[in-house]
Amino acid sequence: MGRRTPLFDLHVAGGARIVDFGGWDMPVGYGSQIEEHHAVRRDAGMFDVSHMCTVDLRGAGVRPLLLRLLANDVSRLTQPGKALYSCMLRPDGGVIDDLIACFLDERWFRLVVNAGTTDKDLAWIKEHAKQIGVAVVPRRDLAMIAVQGPNARSKASSVLPEACGAQAAALGAFFAAACDEWFVSRTGYTGEDGYEISLPSESAPELWQAMQGAGIAPCGLGARDTLRLEAGMNLYGNDMDETVSPLESGLGWTVVLEGTRDFIGKEALERQRAAGPARKLVGLLLLERGVLRSHQVVSAGAAGDGEVTSGTFSPTLERSIGLARLPASAAGEVQVDIRGKRMPARIVNPPFVRNGRAMIEL
Amino acid sequence: MSTIPADLRYTKSHEWLRTLPDGSIEIGITDHAQQTLGDLVFVEVPEAGRTLASGGACAVVESVKAASDVYSPIAGTVTAGNERLATEPELVNRDPYGEGWILRLKPVAGGPGPTLLDAAGYGAELAAGG
Repeated sequence: MGRRTPLFDLHVAGGARIVDFGGWDMPVGYGSQIEEHHAVRRDAGMFDVSHMCTVDLRGAGVRPLLLRLLANDVSRLTQPGKALYSCMLRPDGGVIDDLIACFLDERWFRLVVNAGTTDKDLAWIKEHAKQIGVAVVPRRDLAMIAVQGPNARSKASSVLPEACGAQAAALGAFFAAACDEWFVSRTGYTGEDGYEISLPSESAPELWQAMQGAGIAPCGLGARDTLRLEAGMNLYGNDMDETVSPLESGLGWTVVLEGTRDFIGKEALERQRAAGPARKLVGLLLLERGVLRSHQVVSAGAAGDGEVTSGTFSPTLERSIGLARLPASAAGEVQVDIRGKRMPARIVNPPFVRNGRAMIEL
Repeated sequence: MSTIPADLRYTKSHEWLRTLPDGSIEIGITDHAQQTLGDLVFVEVPEAGRTLASGGACAVVESVKAASDVYSPIAGTVTAGNERLATEPELVNRDPYGEGWILRLKPVAGGPGPTLLDAAGYGAELAAGG
């Protein structure tokens, strides 16, 4: 038996298929994964993401700590509640994890890190935090529910506690608000508008049921994966890990090399940028019937071979899409080995879908 | 819970078999199999005339989650693949024992062998976690 979130019993009662996800017993879906996917693209859906770990960093040295630990630049976070996406790197530029960092005040930042990497992240952060007296507090007492879709915010606002609802309604994109022990951020992992709501574990079942009553569809990790892939968002462990840098993972836009700020991994990335990264992460659109899956071999002609890192059937585009790590010079059309057959695919720039609309030519 | 019609025979790898009036055999995947796979998005059926060995892969069913081979439990010659599945793979989810059939074949010698399960046997197999 794996670890269970405070919503586990509700998932089982709702008919969920439970699978192991990084040591957690999580719902992969409640019925049709494609219908759950469409609910988020067209209306509103919600996900139990309580397996992800909220980490509070407290102390006067918290901003200098994150300036050093993160490849993105937290000096950009000046307004309380503003958040950014960043990689946390090894000295050699390999990605330890990707995370969201939110600035609350000069003595308090909040991180949300991946479930499967929580232990190593905490060890890494603590090692650097103790030198400058920052307290690292994993918040295992909090659950988290992501509510996503074009109607997610309006439907959710009717069931949020009054004080929270008003603050949430005023949030700009990538902003968060803390109200008592609740924490609402206008972020997500689907390419749609919405909130990620963290709250005390004991309050989570009531919110889940209230949101279901407000017409928000429970969705499993299966739909979450097809949604994030359509949105062109990387999954840690699939699309990047400690053996690749953000520059080789389509995440150059999250790295701030300019200026004198010295973060862990900077030197390695500067060298890589100067030499030109050998590999790149691209989007693929399969041109024939079939489904791209991770680890399929991709032949990019004279440029050499690469590998699909994530692949699926896109319910919105009704075509198979994927992310692949290819030699840097790969371009145009490539061949993917799918169950022994070579199938043509086209390199495209993610995202594939944003706010319900196709972003690539089919 | 998945349904297991009493008039069909089954394999441990979750195919079902129906003997048609002309003696040919219709093959599909069970309700349990389609539930486990989830929404099907792609089905590759064999062409008529293809010769199948007993236990050989004869079709591919691919869902959002995973691809899976379908095995022919008996040797024979394919008389038809369900062409509708090319554009409507969801028929396998919606009606696995009816419109979602995958192929029909003419068995080489006699009917299905003794390795097949009846509905009770297949049900017991599922209950045991097969």
